[in-house]
Amino acid sequence: MALLELRNVSKIYHLGGEEIRALDDVTLDIEAGEFCSIIGPSGSGKSTLMHILGCLDSPSRGTIKLDGVEIQKASTSQLAQIRNRKIGFVFQFFNLLPKLNVVQNVELPMIYSGVSGRERRERALKALELVELGNRLKNRPSQLSGGQQQRVAIARALVNDPKIIFADEPTGNLDTHTGEIILELFRNLSRQGRTVMLVTHNPEIAAVTPRRIEIRNGKIADKVDARLAGLDRKVAGAGAAAAH
Amino acid sequence: MGLWNAIAVGFKEIWAHKFRSLLTMLGIILGVSSLVAMSALVEGMEKGSREALVAVGGLQKFRIESQPVPVEQRHLRDFATGVTLGDVYAIQNNAPEVLKISPEMRLDPPPTIGANGKSVRTWSTAGVWPVQLEMMEHKLEHGRCFNEVDDELARSVCVIGTGIRDELWGNPDETGEEVIPIGRTLTVNGYPFTVIGMFERYESDSDRKARLLRKAEEEERRAKGLTNNVTGPKRMRGWNGNRRGGFAFWIKNNTVYMPLNTMWIKLLSGQTNRPSDKRLSEMEIKVRDVSKLELALSEIRNVMMVRHRGIEDFNFRTQEDWAEQINVFIKNARLSGGLIAGISLLVGGIGIMNIMLASISERIREIGIRKAVGAGALDIFTQIVVESTVIAVIGGLAGLVASYGLIQLIVAFTPTDNAPILTVGAMAMAFAASAVIGVLAGLFPALKAARMNVIQSLRYD
Repeated sequence: MALLELRNVSKIYHLGGEEIRALDDVTLDIEAGEFCSIIGPSGSGKSTLMHILGCLDSPSRGTIKLDGVEIQKASTSQLAQIRNRKIGFVFQFFNLLPKLNVVQNVELPMIYSGVSGRERRERALKALELVELGNRLKNRPSQLSGGQQQRVAIARALVNDPKIIFADEPTGNLDTHTGEIILELFRNLSRQGRTVMLVTHNPEIAAVTPRRIEIRNGKIADKVDARLAGLDRKVAGAGAAAAH
Repeated sequence: MGLWNAIAVGFKEIWAHKFRSLLTMLGIILGVSSLVAMSALVEGMEKGSREALVAVGGLQKFRIESQPVPVEQRHLRDFATGVTLGDVYAIQNNAPEVLKISPEMRLDPPPTIGANGKSVRTWSTAGVWPVQLEMMEHKLEHGRCFNEVDDELARSVCVIGTGIRDELWGNPDETGEEVIPIGRTLTVNGYPFTVIGMFERYESDSDRKARLLRKAEEEERRAKGLTNNVTGPKRMRGWNGNRRGGFAFWIKNNTVYMPLNTMWIKLLSGQTNRPSDKRLSEMEIKVRDVSKLELALSEIRNVMMVRHRGIEDFNFRTQEDWAEQINVFIKNARLSGGLIAGISLLVGGIGIMNIMLASISERIREIGIRKAVGAGALDIFTQIVVESTVIAVIGGLAGLVASYGLIQLIVAFTPTDNAPILTVGAMAMAFAASAVIGVLAGLFPALKAARMNVIQSLRYD
């Protein structure tokens, strides 16, 4: 049984009487421990797919099983609970709360899962050690560099020990060097056996992941576009360099 | 998210926008303080009115007075005698529920009381039995009251209140020496009377305090060698109209009582067409038991009806009417004051709702992030409601403090006889109202925030 099972999932929007299929009959399995990227051009539906996989949104049709539980019929508050317990998010724009300091930001998901104050602090510190930010606990996000902010976001994603981590263009807002560090962090997580899904349109990043899923016009492409997936020789070389 | 967490977040949010929160609270502060101040004022008025009611004898007492014959009995008006001394004896003998009965004979128009080259007119000049002193809760401070012998012999003696003394021989507060006019002579419509007694000074609690304070201050000034620089004689005559609630006390202080027989023989006889039956202006009756007031009234009514042969030329005046009037007045004051204070609380609540709406639309992204990491709709809802409640509750507490100042301010600007009374009940009610308003004001913004779409609010800039 796969960790995530999508069967004939569609997401349909109605815009002025016109039907727009952001996702069209997608069937997909993601096994536990996979390190996988979702690629595709803008407007292809990859964000929609990530939102549905990440329980931020419900599909119009089809079934989704996460960890053996069907979730397509879940209410918004049930989805919130699933996001809280089983899913970690890393966003392109970090999405840290500017009024909270680093520890408080990392503690945020645990506040909603009812973890006691002391345990919250312990687990937040542990997660921050993992991303090597144990020395910036009391800083505000605005006092950190982009890479540091993204590491805080990763610590926050990890802190509730999720089944699966989604990263939406995690390096999109960072310079190349910092992006590599962040990417390395994800590879390490994958090596530790975590399931990580990257959404990106950057071929260099896609090249790092063993599995690539390409979305085109709301469907999963049969054959992955080599250039997009970073398998083109020239780009592949760069991707390999980035990986090392 | 636990409640404590939500409250902590609420405080942090208020602290982050100190000035804005303060302005928002101001509405609640004003609402709560006006509610408390209003209720304290009404409470003070109520106490003052009740004091005045007790000063004239309380609910146990009522009055029977003459009245014109009703229209349907006009043809019998020549037989109408009005309230007479004979009625008093009849009631004394035939109405067991009556504890005390006191006839009163007054002059109409009010007589001129003169002495010491000054004169004063007062409605409270009456010929009475000594029992009137108990009836009207009078207390003699100097001299004695007239007795049965004085009454029998129709002696020209009288007992006066301090108000009359003040008018004729000077107010001790102004002249600095207290005249005790026992043995002196005054005239009532020109007839000389000897003053044989004087009552104590009647005043409300707050008046007494104010007077003693003035006196103490003056003595302090004297002790320091400062002279009381009064440039001329200050003249205060009659009822000082801007002193509300003091009317009952003023009337009581301006009393001149003489024996009933004296009044009848020396001042009234020859004025009525039926001198054989002594006509009274009214009689005061006190019953044994307030709860049996109705029974007593019907007893007396029967006696009176028999004596007056069915002619209704008399009228019952119970203090219940007055008590009822007080109640109605207090109720109205409370209602109108409460309405105004309630409206200002409501405005305060609208202010909170407004600021909460502004606050959530500036925190759309934050709400999105919180939801993305697992905050449920209920968590967000709770957080917003708690925030608005925290603002309202802080405002409510500040309002309670402010209400104290407001009351002092009102007292300073409008000195009344009835000092406002701050009650715990009113404060608790106003505080509870502020908390409720906080919750209500938070509901709509909280609902709006809880319903926000995660994806859209994450993308919001």
